[in-house]
Amino acid sequence: MTSTHAPVHRTRSTSVPAMVTRILVLGITLAVTVFIAPVLISQQSWMWLTVLLLSAAGIFALYSTKRFVPGKYLFPGTFFLSIFLILPIILTVGYSFTNYGDGTRGTKEQAIGSIVANSVQQSPDAPRYAMTVATTGTAAEGPFELFLVDPDDGTVYRGDTENALEEVPAGDVTVAEGRVTDVDGLTVLNAAEVNAVYNDLIELTVPVDDSSAVRPLGVNQAFVGTTVLQYDEGADTITDTATGEVFTVGLLGDEEYFVDSDGQRAFSQSWLQSVGLSNYERLFTNPTVAGQFFSAFVWTLVFAAGSVLLTFALGFALALILNDRRLKGRRIYRSILIMPYAIPGFISLLVWSNFYNQEFGLINQTLGLNLNWFGDPTLAQTAVLLTNLWMGFPYMFIVSTGALQAIPDELTEAARMDGASPLQATSKIVLPLLLVAVAPLLVSSFAFNFNNFNAIELLTGGGPFPDGSGRGSTDILISMVYRIAFGGSGADFGFASAVSVCLFILTGVLAAIQFRFTNVLEDVN
Amino acid sequence: MSSTTVPPLSTSAPQVGAKHRMPFGRWFTEIGWRHVIGVLAVIFAVFPILFVVSASLNPSGSLTSAGLVPTQGVTFDHYAAMLSGERANFLRWYLNTIIVCGVVAIGQVFLSLLAAYAFSRFRFRGRRGGMLAVLLVMMFPAILSMIAVYTMISDLGDAVPMLGLNTLAGYIAVLMGGAFGQVWLLKGFFDTIPKSLDEAAIIDGASHWQTFTRILVPSMTPILATTILLALVGSMSEFLIGSIFLTDDSKKTLAVGMYGMFSSDRSNNLGVFAAGSVMVMIPVIVLYQFLQRYIVGGSTAGAVKG
Repeated sequence: MTSTHAPVHRTRSTSVPAMVTRILVLGITLAVTVFIAPVLISQQSWMWLTVLLLSAAGIFALYSTKRFVPGKYLFPGTFFLSIFLILPIILTVGYSFTNYGDGTRGTKEQAIGSIVANSVQQSPDAPRYAMTVATTGTAAEGPFELFLVDPDDGTVYRGDTENALEEVPAGDVTVAEGRVTDVDGLTVLNAAEVNAVYNDLIELTVPVDDSSAVRPLGVNQAFVGTTVLQYDEGADTITDTATGEVFTVGLLGDEEYFVDSDGQRAFSQSWLQSVGLSNYERLFTNPTVAGQFFSAFVWTLVFAAGSVLLTFALGFALALILNDRRLKGRRIYRSILIMPYAIPGFISLLVWSNFYNQEFGLINQTLGLNLNWFGDPTLAQTAVLLTNLWMGFPYMFIVSTGALQAIPDELTEAARMDGASPLQATSKIVLPLLLVAVAPLLVSSFAFNFNNFNAIELLTGGGPFPDGSGRGSTDILISMVYRIAFGGSGADFGFASAVSVCLFILTGVLAAIQFRFTNVLEDVN
Repeated sequence: MSSTTVPPLSTSAPQVGAKHRMPFGRWFTEIGWRHVIGVLAVIFAVFPILFVVSASLNPSGSLTSAGLVPTQGVTFDHYAAMLSGERANFLRWYLNTIIVCGVVAIGQVFLSLLAAYAFSRFRFRGRRGGMLAVLLVMMFPAILSMIAVYTMISDLGDAVPMLGLNTLAGYIAVLMGGAFGQVWLLKGFFDTIPKSLDEAAIIDGASHWQTFTRILVPSMTPILATTILLALVGSMSEFLIGSIFLTDDSKKTLAVGMYGMFSSDRSNNLGVFAAGSVMVMIPVIVLYQFLQRYIVGGSTAGAVKG
């Protein structure tokens, strides 16, 4: 009797589609590498160049031969994991030893350029240009770029704080009535928007060459002036050509600045530099900061542990109560109780944030209360926990129901026959057995909530913020990092990275605990 | 697995239908009170959902008049406002979310599936260490290194604008960092498929790739669908990285866009926000009900493995 299957090849020779796929993959890799590498070199983006070359080498080593088959399956995921999880962790640790942040993103050369350009003074005969402000970002935040039209010959120039003034090819912009009205790929600010950012704008300086720069004059004009300050590369000093004063590089705290002869900071600009352990010192020794960090840590623990306990208690109780075989409509209960779990979390959180409104919120209205939920730290924390209970109990209900059904009924029956009350049978027999099954889930749920940024940010936004401090009363560690790094008041990436590193360590400890609970180390087969 | 297949055990208590035979008092103390708790739980579970639906139909569309039932009549104006793009770029965000979450969920599950196959079916040096390393690294989600991720993508965007900040591709790439999120779950399922199945295929001349795509993966279809759905809903709620990456209105996902729209004027945008929420919720809830059986099984199995 022969097989009814279609004949398959019995040799292990490479099939044609496999060959074509292989050639295609290798060809695309080569093409991408050849195309992108020069761009990365010109941008001096050495890190990405290394990533690119290593990846390409890996692809060629693995997929051009028939060796190391498991590697072919593991490579794609490992590629993303290494670049977007492991590399960022390493970089974060690196940043935590620097002063990286707003105002210190650039190199020393850029800082000097900005200091020199800021000293522009208008000379009586300086030419004036018609100015238009455009941005690649938003009209309120910038970054802003200036487009200037020379009134004499109509030449258009562009430039921003980092890129010196250059002529623009006529095709890239639309000029009407002597000024630029539209730019390809950029948003042009209208008069109202320019007015709104006037204070930022008036500080803007576009370098022209070593001794002159452009500054805005009012909202629609700009002038070219000469810079009073001159940088001397050989001596690494800045000289004021008007007064003859010389500024040198000096160390203030942990950061280098240009200082005057008395050692006082002369200019606010600084540059990206290593600051050693000072971010960590600040975190642990500055009483205000250390206090904020400590209370964030405690609240993180309370929030994560509280969420797990509450959701498990409710989910387990419901599973126990609704898991009686004699109960009609068990499936319906289950279908409905699963619903909060099905709704995307961001929607649940935003909906719940309405319920806590003091005047019109559902909770105060229904219960006849007048509580200022998000205005009081304790109430806000209660609100966060209550909301998280709603979001999390269905999962615990599902899990407990599954685990309960796996516990044989004989066990409780035997206990009942031996004279145990239903309560005793539940607490002494069912609960311990169930805990064995769900303990790992409780630990991973704890780990999830430990970094549950959404539950805080989308509900309270970290608030309330007592006495204008940087950390809100409901901020957990991860949302505190977010607020330091991307909050409104000046990004301090270096310091935020130091907090992140502490968060890594705490997460690592959690991972260790989780490994113990899941016995995963013995489980690998 | 957890099972509805356990045969009914004969218990001392009467079976279904017994309530007519036993007195109400006894029925209530044994079963009836369970319904009371069950109904209370159902009320707790659904009242926010009722609130959203009611707010989305309420003509005034502000928080002051919102309740659990629309008392001032019913209107579909808020839905129309969202769909027409008059109040927000809703359809664009919806499309962006489908693109991002679809690519990320399918990508993550596919890459996890490849790795799970290798871990389950091949024996090689570093296998055990590799599996533990995956488990450990997945404990550090990308949001913990948000600053580095932001800087990296910002730098990359200077060289390759297609992959920079404010692009869906850059955002997707970062979310793909979680590519191995489902490895342990899927390896568990591979382990339950008898090895004799792939041995037979290999003897018939199939390559390892053919065994994987034609024999093993098709037998896992339901669990793959569930895993993809869970990954999809999980990535839909990604907010942190989205909010720092996607600042351009036309690039936003639903989470970022609807948060921005809603928080700009909480009380007056409630109606349109609720209408948008309903349109996001319904497909997901329907899918969940559809795949409920597998979700119940998968949630236990997956999490036990980490």
